[in-house]
Amino acid sequence: MESAEKAALAARLRGASVGIAGAGGLGSNAAMALARAGVGHLVVVDFDRVDAGNLNRQYYFRDQVGSLKVEALKANIERAAEGVRVDAVNLKLIAGRMAEPFKDVDVVVEALDSAETKTRFVQEILRDLPGKPVVAASGVAGWGACERIEVRTFAPLHLIRDERARSSDDGVLLAPKVCTLANMQANTVLEILLGVERVD
Amino acid sequence: MSIDVNGDAIPYIEGETISDLLARMSYVFPMLVVVVDGEIVQETDFPSTRFPDGAKIEVIHLTSGG
Repeated sequence: MESAEKAALAARLRGASVGIAGAGGLGSNAAMALARAGVGHLVVVDFDRVDAGNLNRQYYFRDQVGSLKVEALKANIERAAEGVRVDAVNLKLIAGRMAEPFKDVDVVVEALDSAETKTRFVQEILRDLPGKPVVAASGVAGWGACERIEVRTFAPLHLIRDERARSSDDGVLLAPKVCTLANMQANTVLEILLGVERVD
Repeated sequence: MSIDVNGDAIPYIEGETISDLLARMSYVFPMLVVVVDGEIVQETDFPSTRFPDGAKIEVIHLTSGG
């Protein structure tokens, strides 16, 4: 790729903003991937603190146990990537007003936990921010079976899913699969921001 | 006279709405959206949305874990 073309892509990403609902396994890893890719502005929303049990898959470190996730994630992103503005929003999303923190971002990433909360969130984004692209993920538990993970697009909803995976209530959450889906969410965000890559 | 719901052939009932169909299917998971012939239908529109004979319908839901 020509350097002018690379510079143009970098400029588009630098001017983009992405909202991330949840800073757990999906959200912390998706945010880090987007920051390293050069997205200029991230709005990360979570109310939780880092727990020792999170470290097997979430982008935190042992000395951050007990810290607010959004603050710890902002610190980690600032260590890894230069020039990214991170709005660390320590907030529990309340049904009926879930879309509010994401009014001004270009793309929303659903990175929440329980099926009910994930569902409510995506429905509120579709309803309250019509046309806003939202990238959701489903089926993060377990290991292997990479070929089952698929990307389904029902614009403006983009869904990364393994339909046959167990619920996290019955299955185990481990870094490789959780991070795979998180990075597929981030990769889909890039496709939304930059358009589908042309390959010869 | 049938429709395709998540890959299963189901008898078509004229005038049925998405809400009626979901009740008929007895789904227990929280429904995210329903996609009718590629078009997304939001939950608020389930009671007023009808579909034609032969429609391909996908009921989309999300599994816990994040």
